[in-house]
Amino acid sequence: MIRVDALNRKLLRDLWRIKGQAIAISMVMACGIALMISSFGTVTTLEESMNAFYDRTRFADVFATLKRAPDSLKKDIERIPGVSIIETRIVAAVNLDLPNMTEPATGQLLSLPERGAPLLNDVIILSGRYPSSQRPNEVAVTDAFANAHDLTVGDSFKAIINGNKRSLEIVGLGMTPEYIYALGPGSLMPDDKRFGVMWMGRKALAAAFDLDGAFNSLTISLQLGASEYEVIRRLDVLLEPYGGVGSYARKDQLSNFFLVNEITQLRTSGAVFPPVFLLVSAFLMNVVVSRIIATEREQIGLLKAFGYNDLEVGWVYLKLVLILVFIGLGMGIALGIWMGGGMITMYTTYYKFPLLNLGIDTGVFTSAAIISLIAGMLGGLGAVRQAARLSPAVAMAPPVPTSYKAGALSRFFAPLTISQPTRMIFRHVTRFPVRAGLTIIGVAFSVALMVMSLFFLDSIERVIAVYFFQAERQTLTLSFVEPRPALVEQEIQHLPGVIKTQPVRSVSVRLRNGHLSDRKAIQGIVSGADLARLLDTDQKVIEPPLGGLALSKHIANDLNLKVGDLVTVEVLQERRPVEQLPVVRLVEEYLGFQAYMHIDSLNRLMKEGPTVTGIHVMVDSRYADDLYATLKDTPGVAGIAQQTATLAGFRETMDNTMNVMIGFYVALASLIAFGVAYNAARIALSERSRALASLRVLGFTREEVTYILLGELGILTLASLPVGCLLGYSMALAMSPMLTTDLYNFPFVIEPSTYGWSIIVVCVSATICGLITRQRVFGLELVSALKTRE
Amino acid sequence: MPDVVQDGTRLVETFRAERITKVYETGGLRVEALRGVDLTLYEGELVVLLGPSGSGKSTLLNILGGLDLPTSGRLFFKNLELTACSPHNLTMYRRDHVGFVFQFYNLIPSLTARENISLVTEIAEDPMSAEEALEMVGLEHRLDHFPSQLSGGEQQRVAIARAIAKRPNVLLCDEPTGALDSNTGVVVLQALERANRELGTTTALITHNAGIKDMSERVIRFADGQIISVDENPEKKAPEELTW
Repeated sequence: MIRVDALNRKLLRDLWRIKGQAIAISMVMACGIALMISSFGTVTTLEESMNAFYDRTRFADVFATLKRAPDSLKKDIERIPGVSIIETRIVAAVNLDLPNMTEPATGQLLSLPERGAPLLNDVIILSGRYPSSQRPNEVAVTDAFANAHDLTVGDSFKAIINGNKRSLEIVGLGMTPEYIYALGPGSLMPDDKRFGVMWMGRKALAAAFDLDGAFNSLTISLQLGASEYEVIRRLDVLLEPYGGVGSYARKDQLSNFFLVNEITQLRTSGAVFPPVFLLVSAFLMNVVVSRIIATEREQIGLLKAFGYNDLEVGWVYLKLVLILVFIGLGMGIALGIWMGGGMITMYTTYYKFPLLNLGIDTGVFTSAAIISLIAGMLGGLGAVRQAARLSPAVAMAPPVPTSYKAGALSRFFAPLTISQPTRMIFRHVTRFPVRAGLTIIGVAFSVALMVMSLFFLDSIERVIAVYFFQAERQTLTLSFVEPRPALVEQEIQHLPGVIKTQPVRSVSVRLRNGHLSDRKAIQGIVSGADLARLLDTDQKVIEPPLGGLALSKHIANDLNLKVGDLVTVEVLQERRPVEQLPVVRLVEEYLGFQAYMHIDSLNRLMKEGPTVTGIHVMVDSRYADDLYATLKDTPGVAGIAQQTATLAGFRETMDNTMNVMIGFYVALASLIAFGVAYNAARIALSERSRALASLRVLGFTREEVTYILLGELGILTLASLPVGCLLGYSMALAMSPMLTTDLYNFPFVIEPSTYGWSIIVVCVSATICGLITRQRVFGLELVSALKTRE
Repeated sequence: MPDVVQDGTRLVETFRAERITKVYETGGLRVEALRGVDLTLYEGELVVLLGPSGSGKSTLLNILGGLDLPTSGRLFFKNLELTACSPHNLTMYRRDHVGFVFQFYNLIPSLTARENISLVTEIAEDPMSAEEALEMVGLEHRLDHFPSQLSGGEQQRVAIARAIAKRPNVLLCDEPTGALDSNTGVVVLQALERANRELGTTTALITHNAGIKDMSERVIRFADGQIISVDENPEKKAPEELTW
């Protein structure tokens, strides 16, 4: 027993001696584990919360919007095989006049059944009650909307419902599975101030919109095993005469789409990043344990001479590896749980549904433990085997001096005078090419991590620059409940504060190419448009095509179309014409992908005279309040999308989420750079302290000796910078399409400043580690270094 | 500078040590390595320092070489008071005036023989060329070999070449033959003797090997941190005549 104790004591002292490096290794490992645990923990929590909420609220499988259909149609729909529950309802967009806001907000008004709770998409009432179906002035609103406006049960606000201004009293606050991610029309981010979801009794709502005995929205749940595709196909046929604009499945439901997409992205990043950290920590582990074993050759020989067997000797060093792994694992789990909690809190700001507490599967912990053990073994086992296999006689004999060769580099530089210290630096780097290579890759990873996280910002800045400042330059866009004659533009022009207007005609269509099809909108644009403009793939302003479609590149890819191809356009509204049109141009879009044509051509396609569905407006900010006041009372305006508010919301969201994430990745990148550089410097110092002390004795100053040691670190860091930039470039290039969804396009843009910052952060990290090592060089004990054998 | 006349020759002082003490205190333990050493070394002489382990000879050599400072007492190198030097000035002193030879050679493994010497000549004021230095130790044919390609004796001769290449005023050797067999040791001593003779370098040589004393001009014996005797050696022998 005493024997074991002595060896364990030695182990603990070894560990204490390398504490700096041990912490670096464990921290890098901890980061990998923490990322893994927090990502997967958050994924699990989001998924379980989502499924629980969907189950509890009976979230529908299929959704449809139409113009107006009689209630009797429900019987026909019931006959579609696979349909389980049908809920018909009335959905209407309204303008809101809120007491604490000058600019108008929009609301989505949904009907509640006359009796009982909705069969599908139930509203969970958090306080108050369902509005009475008999009282036309009672509504329930989402608690997010109420909170954003400091409203509560009993408060009132005004809304323009079908042209009539009405005062609505809040009788309940609720939550709905349909608007977990509540995107208003035309907005890019949830904005609870400018977009509210509210419920009213069916009878009251029907009366307001002349939909007695009729409905304009439909949700369906399917029987187990039913064909979603088949139900949608048949439903579309049934709804067509009633102005159906195409039904869609749950996966295309906007809020669900975002939520699921977020979970998928989180799962991807949870799988992509941790291996980087674990590989780096494995490498560090290998270097450090190998070095310990090299310095303890004689001790190992001695132990074996005393009669310890290979296994016992190996076990001593294996325990060192295991301790480092367990420290890393422990720190990683703690950090991961803390980070996961933070992520859940962040999600509650954007996703409005009851989120469960962070729940991490024991499976995740087990895999974290297994993966960190594998990483540790990957790094440590080779070195430990070396120790175990060392023959005692060899171990006790002094090692021969490391053999060096004059490399190709020396011959190449032979004509030049290179100082011997510089020569030492290069020889040492080329003597251990694998280690130098791995150090370079390790530091390069941190550069790449920086480049990749800053790439998000570059990409978003490009989106903002193009979308808000080149393409959509209007202050706001008015959309009308019904298509209006083009003359309405003149009325708008006379409103206070209006500087410039531009009409727009938007038509819902299904674009079809063979078996591929996609529901999109065609935007009709006037020639010489100056507010909402069309940009080609080089961001040059182009005129809307007269005889065909200008198609977003993203849609063209989805539908496998190129310029010159014919695409079938099935209009989903009014007279529902179907026509074949050529794709004449491709346009680059970053937000919301659409098709475009000249407004006159579009009106011709619709077999209508000059008609508009909306007006883009540029507003003189001095008169904005007057304009808003007028618009709040203007009937027929279905929605007002404010670009500035959208941009502000966009930026705010980025500040809250992206910057936190990026700050986190910068910290991680610095940590990796520091861990790798610190280890490289410490190992170099340990291996070469005798040579460096000799140089000091020979009359070299401390600075000159430091140069030799840190010169190597400098070269490796410098070499890692281009490698890291290239790696970051490739990773961002690979990441860009993975982030692109049906709504956002993450353009692949890396600004020079991104490389600059990445290099700065990594260089600062390496410099700090250089300064620490410099202190060690200054403290070199000259006399003792000379006396000892290598 | 106080010169001494001995046997009709004017002797010029290289080192003068006055009541030097050195006390190490490690972990509450007080070790008196030197207890009041007075010693003068003269230009061009070769002295051997003898004594058991821990008698203080290495400590003195390190202090003479500017690697360490005494706890008390004064030490002069010519007119320079080493005991009053800053660490930087000591570095400059080593760089310009001192050559070291160690038991374990302390060559830089990543540099060839020639480059190991250039390491020193690059920072020296009036050095000989690396080729000349290696020629003096009989290794002109091993210019481009790395330490790992040289035998122990050869490595030590490269170390001597490195030490003398700057034409130092003093050459300090701590057990230069300690790790070598006797045949190889003789070759190394020959190299040292030649450097001492041809360059006029004041040479101090520590050894455990009493046989080596016969090649010196004076033998200084240490015990217990003090000099117990200084003996003249009127019949200097060549290294190849030594027996051990």
